[in-house]
Amino acid sequence: MSSVELLAPPVAARGQVPRTAQAASRRPGALARGGRAVRATAWRVLKPSLAIGLFLLLWELAPRLGLVDKVFLPPFSVVAGAFGDLAASGELWNHASASLSRALTGFAVAIAIAIPLGVAIAWYRPVAEFVNPILELLRNTAALALLPVFVLVLGIGETSKVALVIYASTFPILLNTISGVRTVDPLLVKSALSLGLTPIRLFQKVILPAAVPTIFTGIRMAAASSILVLIAAEMVGAKAGLGYLITASQYNFQIPKMYAGIIAISLLGLVFNGILILAERRLSRWRVGPI
Amino acid sequence: MTAEPKLRLDRVSKHFGIRGSDDRFTAIEDISIDVADGEFLVLVGPSGCGKSTLLDLLGGLTTPSSGRILLDGEPITGPGLDRGIVFQQYALLPWRTAQHNIEFGLEAKGLPKRQRREIADHYLELVGLQGFGDRYPHELSGGMKQRVAIARSLAFDPEVLLMDEPFAALDAQTRESLQDELLRIWRTTGKTILFITHGIDEAVYLGQRVAVLTSRPGRVKTVVDIDIDRTSADVRSDARFREFRHHIWSQLQDEVARAQHQELEVAAPAQKETAHV
Repeated sequence: MSSVELLAPPVAARGQVPRTAQAASRRPGALARGGRAVRATAWRVLKPSLAIGLFLLLWELAPRLGLVDKVFLPPFSVVAGAFGDLAASGELWNHASASLSRALTGFAVAIAIAIPLGVAIAWYRPVAEFVNPILELLRNTAALALLPVFVLVLGIGETSKVALVIYASTFPILLNTISGVRTVDPLLVKSALSLGLTPIRLFQKVILPAAVPTIFTGIRMAAASSILVLIAAEMVGAKAGLGYLITASQYNFQIPKMYAGIIAISLLGLVFNGILILAERRLSRWRVGPI
Repeated sequence: MTAEPKLRLDRVSKHFGIRGSDDRFTAIEDISIDVADGEFLVLVGPSGCGKSTLLDLLGGLTTPSSGRILLDGEPITGPGLDRGIVFQQYALLPWRTAQHNIEFGLEAKGLPKRQRREIADHYLELVGLQGFGDRYPHELSGGMKQRVAIARSLAFDPEVLLMDEPFAALDAQTRESLQDELLRIWRTTGKTILFITHGIDEAVYLGQRVAVLTSRPGRVKTVVDIDIDRTSADVRSDARFREFRHHIWSQLQDEVARAQHQELEVAAPAQKETAHV
């Protein structure tokens, strides 16, 4: 989870650039500042890639200079080659699509369950107070600790993996939905009530839009944890998927392939998070500054 | 002030039960006041005069413990679009542009989109914000936000405009210019306005009549007719203005002292409790 969140700021910063530049060019007198803006833009794009570039350089050089064992950590170029081979043979896509379909199915089901449930819980305050302790308990039960249970009950097939993803993604969304709905500015509610809005209208026009940013935070947390538990589940028992690719490569001592699988997961997480950030920004353009 | 009053508060009281005891807390007591059609009435009172309670009652969000509130002779039974409330903290929906905020009440009224747009445009212009319709509240200054809020409350054409310290959060210059704007809007629209404030200057400057409220429980202490010439350039420095100002100030002075005394009394036991923790 933390790795995906750490990677978020560069994506956000890059996404930010065209918008600010557009806004600036609309204002008169922006041309004079254009040069500075271009340089600033270049630097903002360059800065995050610079760190990644240095990291890859270190990865390339450390094995070559004998700082680490070449067998256990092949140079980046070798791993990139393996990644290319995997992608060319279509094997990578097979594994990635297997993982993706599990993750997306579980994630979609979790959203479909957690948002309405969270709204219902938050709406009826006594219910919220009643179920909150058990929700806290379940949330703090690491999903992976339950993996054996899921496998026992649902078998080793797709169902148990998807179920685990559902379990892991439901709680962040649920808890954020509850807090999002409950922390809506009471003044906005009061003002809407004074206009004589019906409860359904109040919900549709005030509560839900106000809660969207908080709900989205939950969705992003859920996305990160869904990938995490899925990979772990695939490592334990699967015939396809990126988690399987990694462990299988390790067993067969195909070390570059193993690293290629790891890179694929990073990229997947990055893309997933990037899409969610874009969606979030679209839905909460009214907020002050970047999220 | 012949005919029937637009808004009539008839011996209105509101009590609240105090948790864990049989005592009752009286927020407002026996308030009777008539607001004529098209009148600008200002309520001025110290903190604890029950203004939030009064506003909730007028808004129909709570019901009086005794007495009646009549709008056009009909008792208020709940919230409705016949009253528009302007809050101190604007209460704009931050995810809606100025234009769509103004349309909010019109949506509640069920008007079609094109008509909503036309009305919103009209009121944006009335409050001097033409061209700002597509701005989000966070892109507007405090004064502009309050203009949007006023436009929103006027747009659905309520019978009475209730204003709850609408300018208290603004800086002095913005406040004065908005006061002038409000007077202009009032004259243009002929709306009945009930304006609540802590500010004596504001009360005298805006109100045709000023009702001074007492502190805890809130009662009407006195009602002053403000009869000044508002055409002069600097009304606030006018001798008449200062006279009215002083009169209301002295009326309020005892109440403010009493309110502070009461607050200290309430605060003292609370402090003792925290000392134990």
